[in-house]
Amino acid sequence: MTTLSPADQPPARVAPMRAIQQTGSLAWRTLVQVKHNPFELVDFSVQPVMFLLLFVYVFGGSIGGGPRAYLQFVLFGIIVQNSLFTTLNTAIGLSTDLDKGFSSRLRALPIARFAPLAGRVLADVAKQAWAIALLYTVGTIMGFRAATSVPAVLAAVGLVLVCTLAFAWILVWIGMLMANPEKVQIFGFVVLFPLTFTSGAFVRTATMPGWLQVFSRANPVTLLAEAARGLTVGGPVAAPVVESLLCAAISVVVFAPLAVLAFKRRA
Amino acid sequence: MTVTTTVRAADAITARGLTKRFGATTAVDGIDLDIPAGTVFGLLGPNGAGKTTTIRILATLISPDAGRATVHGYDVGRQAHQVRQLIGLTGQYASVDESLTGLENLILIGRLIGASRTEARRRARELLTQFRLAEAAGRAVKTYSGGMRRRLDLAASLVGRPRVLFLDEPTTGLDPRSRGELWDIVRELTASGVTVLLTTQYLEEADQLASQIAVIDTGRVIAQGTSAELKARTGADTLDGVFLALTGHGACPAGPTDDLEEVTA
Repeated sequence: MTTLSPADQPPARVAPMRAIQQTGSLAWRTLVQVKHNPFELVDFSVQPVMFLLLFVYVFGGSIGGGPRAYLQFVLFGIIVQNSLFTTLNTAIGLSTDLDKGFSSRLRALPIARFAPLAGRVLADVAKQAWAIALLYTVGTIMGFRAATSVPAVLAAVGLVLVCTLAFAWILVWIGMLMANPEKVQIFGFVVLFPLTFTSGAFVRTATMPGWLQVFSRANPVTLLAEAARGLTVGGPVAAPVVESLLCAAISVVVFAPLAVLAFKRRA
Repeated sequence: MTVTTTVRAADAITARGLTKRFGATTAVDGIDLDIPAGTVFGLLGPNGAGKTTTIRILATLISPDAGRATVHGYDVGRQAHQVRQLIGLTGQYASVDESLTGLENLILIGRLIGASRTEARRRARELLTQFRLAEAAGRAVKTYSGGMRRRLDLAASLVGRPRVLFLDEPTTGLDPRSRGELWDIVRELTASGVTVLLTTQYLEEADQLASQIAVIDTGRVIAQGTSAELKARTGADTLDGVFLALTGHGACPAGPTDDLEEVTA
């Protein structure tokens, strides 16, 4: 039936190393976009810094016992919040690719099905690493001082990045299900906004009404913020770190396959 | 017809009873195709006839609800990965990244299909030159004209030197000059042995490029043959006439040609 000789037989699946290279190439594509659209830098550089200044100098006096004290508390809360909101950008970017037909081009290529999704997630985590470095630098200039060690601070940053990478798959899955980027934006915001603001990222959960505390303490955003804070300014470390990593593992195991499946099924 | 039952050129594309429904609409309704390797096959039909859906099934983008199809013997469903190594796809929905440059787009695809950095760059330059985009290589695609954009789309589907090329309405929306350029490119490709499956709503385009034409309407192949055979069979002397005679309605209101003739069927 086929005219191909056995030697010409194309491989039946993507080799794992090739899939990783493909993910890398697609991550490169997202990062190179920044070069052509420098305005995007504002999106992931200026915005988080503005958030930090706003929270510390405007709200800090009222909710945190003065800007300086609140800065110690909130810096990693903002780093966590910013990381989570980045995952919404990931989903919107992928939805735009679906919308504009770039995904069809990719899906007709002999590449791993997860590569377009993972490539985008990876690129956004790289942008996030930059945003964290920036926030940490600005925070330090404003007076933030880590109470732990350099390795502990690096561990906090690593933990936030790993969790962002993992949680992103939830949003990616949503992005694959929604009809267009606008719907992703709305849906993502409706989920992320309350999840972040009812967490312990910006305030101590103990100040919330009892019913909200129950929700807030189980919120993965609270867990991650507490873990990062524990590693940098002191406080419980082991429990929130383990719980955060557990949430991350669940996100990847459950939502990454769902997202890839939804991507394959997308007409 | 000179096709014999015993000796026959290997088919690049076959389809049997291909069916695809979207909700209550049957977009593709039992399409059969046998497209010999190295030929240009035209799927001719109006908007909504099922041309794009057929191409999307053959290009492994969607799975059929019934029937099966093969590309060089590989099943488009079960052996999609093998099929993807043999095909190129150009359509209005299979686009490139507009915020990247033409060069970056082609390098990206080269890298994705396994070329080294050097090889991907070399192939990208080669295609950009071939498609007269060398000067625009370093510009973001969003600054390209419609014709340039379509040439880049086509170049993008050729990076991996496909043996089968799907062209979904390659010239829709192009001015006559750009359309002529694209036709020339398709002719060069077929001269090099590539099998082309082309969809078009333009009768002249099918007449110009395709050796075999399948006329499709409401998801079914209603006639198939060479342009001359179709004309002889229906007694019409233009493809417009063929279409009208077969379907009882016109192909499309506005083709690319200014010489749509008045047909008395």
